[in-house]
Amino acid sequence: MSLFFIVALPFFGALLPGLMNSAGRSACAGVTFTVSLLAFIGLLSNLPTVLAGDVVMVGIDWMPVLGLNFTLMLDGLGFFFATLILGIGLLIIAYARNYLSRDDNMGEFFTYLLLFQGAMVGIVLSDNILLLLVFWEITSLSSFLLIGYWKHLPEGRQGARMALTVTGMGGLAMIGGMLILGQIVGSYDLSVILQNRDLIQADPLYVTALILILLGCFTKSAQFPFHFWLPHAMSAPTPVSAYLHSATMVKAGIFLMARMWPVLSGTPEWFVIVTSAGLITMVLGAVIALFKHDLKALLAFSTVSHLGLITMLLGTGSAFGAMAAVFHILNHATFKAALFMSAGIIDHEAHTRDIRRLGGLRKLMPVTFMIASLAALSMAGIPLLNGFLSKEMMLEEAHHTVLFGSHWLVPALATFGSVFSAAYCFRLIGHVFFGPVRDDYPAKPHDPNPGLWMPPAILAVLVVVIGVAPFVAEPFVKLVTASVLGGAADLPSAHFKIWHGLVPALFMSIIAVAGGLVMIAVFNPALRLWDRTPRPEAKPIFEAIVESVTQVARLLILPLHNGAFSRFAAIGAITIIAAGFHAWTTGTLGAPTREAQAASPVVIAGWVMLVAATAGLVLMHRNRLLSLILIGIVGLMVSIGFVFFSAPDLAMTQFTVEVVTIILLLLALNFLPKFTPVESTVLRRVRDAGVAIAGGLATFGLAYYYMLRTSVAPPISEFHLANSYKGGGGNNVVNVILVDFRGFDTYGEIIVLGIAALLIYALTETLLSGPVRARLLNRKPDQKRAGNKHPIMMVVLTRVIMPVVLLVGFYIFLRGHNEPGGGFIAGLIVSIAVVMQYMASGFAWTSARLRYPYHGVIGAGVLIAGFTGIGSWFVGKPFLTSAFTYVRIPPFHKFELATAALFDLGVFLAVVGAVMLSLESFSRLAKRANMADSEYPMDIDPSRDDPDSATSGQAKEEV
Amino acid sequence: MEFLVASAIGILTAGGIYLTLRLRTFPVIMGISLLTYAVNVFIFASGRLTVGAPPILSDGVTTYTDPLPQALVLTAIVISFGMTAVVVMIGLGAFLGSDDDHVDDQPEASDSKAEGQS
Repeated sequence: MSLFFIVALPFFGALLPGLMNSAGRSACAGVTFTVSLLAFIGLLSNLPTVLAGDVVMVGIDWMPVLGLNFTLMLDGLGFFFATLILGIGLLIIAYARNYLSRDDNMGEFFTYLLLFQGAMVGIVLSDNILLLLVFWEITSLSSFLLIGYWKHLPEGRQGARMALTVTGMGGLAMIGGMLILGQIVGSYDLSVILQNRDLIQADPLYVTALILILLGCFTKSAQFPFHFWLPHAMSAPTPVSAYLHSATMVKAGIFLMARMWPVLSGTPEWFVIVTSAGLITMVLGAVIALFKHDLKALLAFSTVSHLGLITMLLGTGSAFGAMAAVFHILNHATFKAALFMSAGIIDHEAHTRDIRRLGGLRKLMPVTFMIASLAALSMAGIPLLNGFLSKEMMLEEAHHTVLFGSHWLVPALATFGSVFSAAYCFRLIGHVFFGPVRDDYPAKPHDPNPGLWMPPAILAVLVVVIGVAPFVAEPFVKLVTASVLGGAADLPSAHFKIWHGLVPALFMSIIAVAGGLVMIAVFNPALRLWDRTPRPEAKPIFEAIVESVTQVARLLILPLHNGAFSRFAAIGAITIIAAGFHAWTTGTLGAPTREAQAASPVVIAGWVMLVAATAGLVLMHRNRLLSLILIGIVGLMVSIGFVFFSAPDLAMTQFTVEVVTIILLLLALNFLPKFTPVESTVLRRVRDAGVAIAGGLATFGLAYYYMLRTSVAPPISEFHLANSYKGGGGNNVVNVILVDFRGFDTYGEIIVLGIAALLIYALTETLLSGPVRARLLNRKPDQKRAGNKHPIMMVVLTRVIMPVVLLVGFYIFLRGHNEPGGGFIAGLIVSIAVVMQYMASGFAWTSARLRYPYHGVIGAGVLIAGFTGIGSWFVGKPFLTSAFTYVRIPPFHKFELATAALFDLGVFLAVVGAVMLSLESFSRLAKRANMADSEYPMDIDPSRDDPDSATSGQAKEEV
Repeated sequence: MEFLVASAIGILTAGGIYLTLRLRTFPVIMGISLLTYAVNVFIFASGRLTVGAPPILSDGVTTYTDPLPQALVLTAIVISFGMTAVVVMIGLGAFLGSDDDHVDDQPEASDSKAEGQS
């Protein structure tokens, strides 16, 4: 199966559990299982190629300009991790089916799980590091969702936030590192990067890139000092802990270190940073784990410790270390996932995970006891179990590692960590399963049904099989190791054996096991000592850091933006003016290259009117109706200006928009106060006037100097003018630009317009279904009303004129391609025709004659425009390529048929729908308030709203 | 002529900014409308001012004004209608919901004052 499908399957499959939710829990889990199984089978179908040592590559160019290509690669390492992810994923899905209770939303859980699974598979199969980063972030997000799955638990939410913060920050750092790496090599493809070891390590930015990438790895894989998030993530449901936080996600960092091993490792920086971080994490995790009473917390810290162990092995930079790391990844995934699932079983059956409340479960839960003990003994490093093998390899490697010039530091610390590691394993077995059977368990523990214990049992079998017959795993581990090494080092020849002779590692192992037993013997006094020792707690520290960052952000932001609009509008305006002033003073300014044109008296008159209307608007804005009239004049003058300066299309648009805007504002003003009271102080008004004048001067200066100079490079407009007729088949260049050259732009714009109208509709609905409705019903009009609601002249005139206006709209629409006009203008004209009916004959009368809902008109418009664009795909052209031809049907004149006209029809419909839906929504408010009905065709009837007659009207309505 | 257009842009901007900084929704909406005019005219003017040369291709004519800013401004005009409508709706909804058309949150004491005016 193609690698694309393996990655895509979980993502598309993520749609299914939600749909299957109502079909029952088994169906929901079943479909998830099937999806994972398909992906797993697809992965296995590539096994022969991988075993042959070949690398499977598939790829398509996504954004080649950025170097971001969707290329996938499957080699030994990727195969190994993908097997872990999908294989353990299958077990986890089966386990989760039985683990989650009836109250949990299973569809949601499996959707997140599949998203996570897809992202993980994406990480390990990515050949492009930018693509890898995308998947990397998806794992952070889906892990956030999974940790916080039990939304009612505050610990879950806090843990999820902490995990997201830490891994998200690491991810950000890693983006930086990856970009640097890509810049050094000149390619973002891993297959290229991995060939350039010398180039990368010689680069001065190598250390920066290394540290940034390691930050990403360490945060993800919970390495010191970022280890603290992992235990808090344990508030997730146990299947999540077992899957994400032991077997897969936390290994993503390790995967990346292994993936980058050939190019990043081998330098002193890598060695010191990675080895010491791993070593500290390993020891710290092991020590803390021993004293944790919560089973999952114990396992969490033990996971931290083991991740540290693997990190340390990768840090040594030797081929043997890499092989030990790979082997331990495999072993750890098997025994730790089994342990987590066992812990989940105990929690599920005994209703507690507190070790102090458990004990004696050996007799009550024999099956669970077997599974957990095998896994725990393996983790402790007992021979004949797989953990022993890789642990001994680790000790062997530690024995040869010289850190900070000391021969004994690493071996001693590794042994010390192993002592604690063995101790917590023994404690897990001893304090949970051995001891007397108690009678105060919160629930009566017994072995669960096979659905719960089978998945960990399968892993436990693996633990034993690998432990007894290590040669089974050896070829595979060596294959994976070879792809980790990537030719940077030779594959170690050492064989996996249980008995290596009396080597130092064996003695270290013996010390570890013996030390562990001693620790358990003196556990109680040790615990008292531990409890008395003061130590930093990660959670309060983390919270204090978050809190202080928030404080700093508040100090910075609140003075600028305290929620008051007028304040940040002023600050915004001043900032923009200041930035412009800075550019003005520091930049250079060439001499004018254009002659200023002489102004005729007509132009001056128009200017005077515009300025007078604007000044009047500002001075008299307190009278809102007057200001509406004045802004109408401003709009009119702008329209006339467009006519004068050779822009007939703009003028028509501006003019029609002006009409609908004024109607809209009138509808709103019906409810708003009619006057604006004086509130601001004189000082404030002077300040605002100062800002306004500065802004005005700035824009004046900019516009004036701009207009007197030609552009520095020839504008693209020449192309538009030259190709409008030849390529677009239209003489009206503006219209051809709208429907053809920049058709995609226009398409976006009609969608935005439609969304705006729907938003207005939704807001109206919300208002009318809330308390505002009652208020509207009780509202008394605040203005005197005219006597005649539907002046007969207006009714007759608008009805007579309607066909004429529609005809004009039709004409304007059709001629748009060659003459001023087009879909936008025609849409506005037709809207005005319909609005006139609303105004003259009333809301109810018009609504009753309305055949299509405006939402549908918007939708039809967007769809028609979209399908016109898609149509060009069928002839192998890009989206929205237009075509046109000339036809002649006698006796008519030759005329043009263009697909652009179809697109323009979409624009037309979207504009009509959007304008009408907005205005209709406003008048629906009015209808609610004034109780118009078909008896009184017009809804805003002034006369009926007179205080005395309004009551009678209301009574009539209620009858 | 350039001076007139530029000064018109400046005056529209100044009026727009002043009204945008007012305390009630209606003048703020008026201010935003003025700013819209200013911006549209500015973008339009970036094609430089040409009299009597509309971008409608016809035989024998060689000078046309720049069509691109016109196309951009045309959609901008329509979109700004949509935006104005949304802002008006939000302002109206806020007023109907709370009987207060201040743009900024008011301290508790002044709420009763605002109610008295409507």
